[in-house]
Amino acid sequence: MPHPIVTFRSATKRFGAGPVVLDRLDLEINAGDFVSLIGPSGCGKSTLLRVVAGLTPLESGTVTLAPDAGEVSFVFQEATLLPWLTAGANVEVPLQLRGVDSATRATIRERMLGRVRLAEKRDAFPRQLSGGQKMRVSLARALALAPSILLLDEPFGALDEMTREHLNEELLTLREQESWTALFVTHSVMEAVFLSNRIIVMAANPGRVHAEIPVPLPYSRTPETRLTPEFQALVARVSRVLRSVEGAIEA
Amino acid sequence: MNPRSRRILLPAVAGLVVLALWQGLHLAINEEMRFLLPGPGAVWQAFHDQGPALWRATLNTAQGALLGFILAVAVSSTLAIVLSLSPWVRASLYPYLMALQMTPLPVLAPICVIWVGAGLKSVTLLTFVIAFFPLVVNTTQGLISTDRHLVELFLLYRANRWQQLVRLRIPAALPYFFTGLRIAATLAPIGAVVADMNAGSSAGDGGGLGFQAVIYSSQARYPALFATALTTCLLGFVLNAAVLALAWRVLHQWHDSYERSDR
Repeated sequence: MPHPIVTFRSATKRFGAGPVVLDRLDLEINAGDFVSLIGPSGCGKSTLLRVVAGLTPLESGTVTLAPDAGEVSFVFQEATLLPWLTAGANVEVPLQLRGVDSATRATIRERMLGRVRLAEKRDAFPRQLSGGQKMRVSLARALALAPSILLLDEPFGALDEMTREHLNEELLTLREQESWTALFVTHSVMEAVFLSNRIIVMAANPGRVHAEIPVPLPYSRTPETRLTPEFQALVARVSRVLRSVEGAIEA
Repeated sequence: MNPRSRRILLPAVAGLVVLALWQGLHLAINEEMRFLLPGPGAVWQAFHDQGPALWRATLNTAQGALLGFILAVAVSSTLAIVLSLSPWVRASLYPYLMALQMTPLPVLAPICVIWVGAGLKSVTLLTFVIAFFPLVVNTTQGLISTDRHLVELFLLYRANRWQQLVRLRIPAALPYFFTGLRIAATLAPIGAVVADMNAGSSAGDGGGLGFQAVIYSSQARYPALFATALTTCLLGFVLNAAVLALAWRVLHQWHDSYERSDR
């Protein structure tokens, strides 16, 4: 029986006297969900993640994490690696900040780098890595604390199409190994359909939930999933809803 | 020609050309005015004759320059951390730091002499004053320029202020710190020599290069004066080379300013 792990109740947010970024938003994320947030810029989808992470407070309303919710990790748009640390040391940063001893850190580091297939890059500095490799180190770092909730803010937006597809597949593989709940912000409909079991289409001015589209495709999903008619139909449907939201803004 | 031999050969050839031009210029001046520009031979002779005096003076100046420089690094780093804590502290203190930097060394020198006496102590203090400003400004700038996303990452993992400072802000400020250090390393030997000219003393340690320059100048020993100038250059060069080597050691693996061509 799925139970809510993150619950928004009338969540409202505005920055100073600016426009309302989130307007009385209600949303439940269940444990095990992979929820994608998609919508025009200014719809507050990134703000939603930052609120869950505790990086910014709500103006009114509440966001509640289930009492049994463990660690929350964040994957930013950029890899945000510390440039003076090697890939391996970057993965260890969250553990180090929590005071985990070095032997345990090394074990977790090796396991995580292995999971993202970068074991041989342990001693490389970020500037020696490609964009995709940096993002994989960033993922390994986010997973190092064994989070139960993973927040991803357009993590693959800056990467080329091929790399993005590969990383989408890797992300799902990682999730099969350790079941975290994902809240994923994206601009790509393909990506949202491929990854999620629920897609939340948001509208802007003020930011709110416009529609929720379930994705009934079974996991595990593979590159072939993208070729199925069901997948294509869902992409078309989400695109249509997204266009109607964007059209409403221009009108 | 490989890059390594090019790096040695080109400056060597340029050096010979400069020496030849120097000698040519010396000979081109009519004979009674030639003392204005002693030839390379005369300066070399002065190096030879004044060797022990110059060496002793160099050690004295180097000591003052180094002590002042190290003192400046220590105090400016500490102050930069304090300044980085709040814009209020910065706004309150910056004008006074600026004022200190704006006061010319020859004006500060007599004040220094009154306080700590002429000689090494004054030279150290004045070198400290001149090396201090670029260090504190650059380091502070570095400490407050940490990438916003990295700060958020640390907040997310609930890093305390100390962890934020030691694991994030200080390493991120290192490139800025080294920029300040390179400027300070250029200023420190010059500052030490100027300080020595204004607050030096022949008592005890026998004075430094600035003091030596004043003596040679008053005795119209121009080749020796030129030799002193060259020695000062050399001292500055050594300190700069040391700082560049240190910066390379700390930064070359990760910082973009050391982009390697072998990748």
